[in-house]
Amino acid sequence: MALNRQPNIADQDLFYAELINGQRDLTEEQADMMIAKLALILANHVGDRAVLSEAISLARENTLAAA
Amino acid sequence: MLHTYTYPEYAYKQSEEQRSGTLKRHPIVIIGAGPIGLTMAMEFASRGLSSVILDDNNTVSIGSRAVCYAKRPLEVWDRLGVGEEFAEKSIQWKVGKVFFHDELAYSFDLLPEADHKMPAMINYQQYYLEERLVKACEASPLVDLRWKHKVLAITQNDDAATLTVETPDGIFKMDAQWVVACDGANSDTRRMIGADFTGQFFQDRFLIADVVMKAEFPTERWFWFDPPFHRDQSVLLHKQCDNVWRIDFQLGWDADPTEAKKPENVIPRIQAMLGPDAQFELEWVSVYQFACRRIDQFRHGRVIFAGDAAHQVSPFGARGANTGVEDCANLGWKLKAVMDGSAPMALLDTYHEERAFAADDNLAHSTRATDFITPKSRPSLRLRNAVLELARTEAFARPLVNSGRLSTPTPYVESSLNTRDAEAFAGKMVPGTNCADAPIQRDGKDAWLLNQLGDGFTILSFGPGAQAVKANDISAKVLEVGKDIVDAKGILGERYDGKPGTVYLIRPDQHVVGRWRQFDAAKVQAALCRALKLQ
Repeated sequence: MALNRQPNIADQDLFYAELINGQRDLTEEQADMMIAKLALILANHVGDRAVLSEAISLARENTLAAA
Repeated sequence: MLHTYTYPEYAYKQSEEQRSGTLKRHPIVIIGAGPIGLTMAMEFASRGLSSVILDDNNTVSIGSRAVCYAKRPLEVWDRLGVGEEFAEKSIQWKVGKVFFHDELAYSFDLLPEADHKMPAMINYQQYYLEERLVKACEASPLVDLRWKHKVLAITQNDDAATLTVETPDGIFKMDAQWVVACDGANSDTRRMIGADFTGQFFQDRFLIADVVMKAEFPTERWFWFDPPFHRDQSVLLHKQCDNVWRIDFQLGWDADPTEAKKPENVIPRIQAMLGPDAQFELEWVSVYQFACRRIDQFRHGRVIFAGDAAHQVSPFGARGANTGVEDCANLGWKLKAVMDGSAPMALLDTYHEERAFAADDNLAHSTRATDFITPKSRPSLRLRNAVLELARTEAFARPLVNSGRLSTPTPYVESSLNTRDAEAFAGKMVPGTNCADAPIQRDGKDAWLLNQLGDGFTILSFGPGAQAVKANDISAKVLEVGKDIVDAKGILGERYDGKPGTVYLIRPDQHVVGRWRQFDAAKVQAALCRALKLQ
């Protein structure tokens, strides 16, 4: 299975609001920690090493391209 | 400082060759009488090869060094006659606990598979181990152990090396057909040969303290990330014999090593860790920095490298001495076959092929553990701490916690000596793998498989039909399950997927060469030739 790069979340606005809400009242340090944990939790859920590799490169390349 | 151990002093003796001033050619000279040099000599002796060991000192390893020994080296030592004693006298443990701050984050059980002769892991001070190996070497007519012999220079041509050696009686020369350098991470031999030793140095320092205490701690490996008694760093606690406990404190790169190891700085650190009531005495303190490096080639002409002289790893995972012992087991039979003219030099090149492969595997494990224990940047520290915080409640995060993956042998799955499977097999015994032990019966008595494999090649045959095969003057003898040995518990058959008719060809170092569902003399003979580089 390849990484799904097409929209896949229903109610995307609500999801995004929930994500932001999840960081509410956290210090910057805590918010960074929360995102790190979220990445680990979702990575474990996906499990598929090929998909994870693709996702890691995508996140990295996209960040470097934006610099 | 307290001393639970009295270092033996071994007598220097002037050799006959130095006294008479004759240049003698020895088949093998081993440089360094540490755990690897001594094991190497015993290994050669078990193959019928005599060797001279030269050591620049006259005692065993000073201070606190290797502690943990794994099952595979214990099995090698068992073949050399000392493994049972190590297993008996050492501390055995199987539970490891990982703490983050002051909470238990994760606990693991090595869960050693039952029905192996040797335990999964033991703790035994290096000086005890060396002392026993010295005794074994001294008892062997094939080992000539010489103390206070320092090698100053080495030159070599195509068929021998010449060593310039200094003793209390002056300087003399000796020739060696083969030199095996087991002189540790700071190998002088490596420097003299000019071999490259490259890799990664870690910008961190560790304080090792051995303390003597009668403590209530269980016999477990305890590892702390960022504990309240040693903020932002890691700490490891391990039990050794004689109520000696090993404590490793990570110090960070900025620490002043000379200051850090002063008792007035060490004692409060330990007191904070053990609690105000703990009574202990220091036995040993040192500071070290570690590296993960490997030699470019394990053989430089007539000089062969083994142990830390060939590869240096971080201490997390107990991979140093353990892999060194596996180097010895790999080299012994190959050098014997080449020296006897039974196999070409190409066989010796597979020592580098297989052991460099294993060293790289160890280095990768060791580097990954180090990156987890001492993250190199703030973002990686955050990810590391995220894993540790999750691990307290989330099972999925626990396998990510890496406080050192404990040493297990690297199977030589890519080795050019293997014959690939042509038929389907279940289980772990793929060609290149070290043979798993199994309980069996011999002559109606309980015994172990590995003890039956003997010193040469073995054809392990599940049922009748196999015959010995020969390549040059090397023969593979048949060990028949059902006749020579009995698989009373069925575990042997299970571990080797030994359906009736199955045969395994096993190397002298107890690694699998190849396997077949039925005996075919031509196929087994071809595999034996391949395992000796005769084709």
